Amino acid sequence: MTRDEIQAILIEEIGNIAPEADLTALDPEADLREALDMDSISFLNLLIALGHRLGVQVPEKDYPKLATLRLAVAYLAAAH
Amino acid sequence: MGLFCMPSLGADMEAGKLVEWLKQPGDSIASGDIIAVVETQKGAIEIEAFETGTLDQLLVPIGQTVPVGTPLAAIRGAGEAPVAIPAAPPMPAAPIAAPLMQVSPATPTFGSAVKASPAARKFAEEHGIDLAGVTGSGPEGAIVFVDVETASRAGGMPKPAAPAPAKPAAAGLEGMRAAIGAAMSRSKREIPHYYLGHAADVTTATAWLAQRNADCAPQDRILFSALLLKAVAVSLAGFPEFNGHFGKDGYVAAKSVHLGMAIALRGGGLIAPAIHDADKLSLAEAMTRLHDLVNRVRAGRFRSSEMSDPTATLTSLGERGADWVLPVIYPPQVAIVGAGSPVEEPRVVDGQIVPRTICHLTLGADHRASDGHRGALLLRAIAERLQKPEAL
Repeated sequence: MTRDEIQAILIEEIGNIAPEADLTALDPEADLREALDMDSISFLNLLIALGHRLGVQVPEKDYPKLATLRLAVAYLAAAH
Repeated sequence: MGLFCMPSLGADMEAGKLVEWLKQPGDSIASGDIIAVVETQKGAIEIEAFETGTLDQLLVPIGQTVPVGTPLAAIRGAGEAPVAIPAAPPMPAAPIAAPLMQVSPATPTFGSAVKASPAARKFAEEHGIDLAGVTGSGPEGAIVFVDVETASRAGGMPKPAAPAPAKPAAAGLEGMRAAIGAAMSRSKREIPHYYLGHAADVTTATAWLAQRNADCAPQDRILFSALLLKAVAVSLAGFPEFNGHFGKDGYVAAKSVHLGMAIALRGGGLIAPAIHDADKLSLAEAMTRLHDLVNRVRAGRFRSSEMSDPTATLTSLGERGADWVLPVIYPPQVAIVGAGSPVEEPRVVDGQIVPRTICHLTLGADHRASDGHRGALLLRAIAERLQKPEAL
């Protein structure tokens, strides 16, 4: 899977959690959870979805590596 | 033979709109089955049956808004013959009675001689209606929600524009804001609150959780909120003066702990449905139930029993909230526990200043049911349980 495909899946799953957000305007360097107001259950839902879609299980200690859209895509591409 | 009635799903609810029947006449019904879906200011709520039998007759058509207490359907017990159905009350409702969640009796406010319920007042305010010109149909001639709504339709009063189909969330939020406003106004008007705070050291608890979750797939992880839920619920079971309801006959302690969880909705609004028998759940069960509840609430589907019977509430600010909260009690409950976002703070332990993870616990409680001494003991009991997460 290419980086672009991974990014598309990530954005789609973020959209499922924050349907009201304009993800085209999402700053790739912004803190994802701050920008999209994701609480710990929303974030857990995102990780569960990514596990199903990409087969990547993100351990808790790696949460900071998914802090921004850019970091998350890089992490998922490497782990995939 | 039993009547299945429009339930009261909170102190602020006066009427609900029937939007879906999930059972039809002739269907067998077991206690706990979801029979209908009702639209309220808080969203779509699945209404459960409390008896077993056969659905005999539907009494209210889809799309109709009826007051709390109106019979919606008749349920026939095994071997019973159908019996006559009492006439449903007309829409401008007579006094609304609900066993647990009494609709707030009309309370005169300062500078106004008109008796009106909080929801009626709110609606009138929002729609520019003068309550003095409205005829009340509630207790002692008080104006209830339906009276104002009827007046706004009949009297050529400024009527809100029909909700634009493109913005259902915004329209729903307005109703929810009114519902929260009504419940919280009643709380601040009627309940003599007192507040306490206690800094709970949760260093051990967070470390224990991190270790427990390290080898788990995301769906099997336990969040700190679940730990709080369990610690608060088990502690409440030992402090009956904080777990119950204050009704017209005074305070009545509840037999079970149905812990309301304050859940923020995306885009605004707040709902605090109950997790039933929360003190009896294992930690993993508590997490599963919390996860399920949050997802259902945010999807706009939850059940009548979850709305109508919390015995106390927990408001947890999560990982990225404020340090602490002075919470407002949801009537007719008598206590609400707040938990701030866990933060690293310098603490003195054995004479040394060390960094510890602190969760600021707070309590808002009703002085008609308890005093601060017991409240402090309750907060300390919760903090102690959080020190021993493996025992939860």
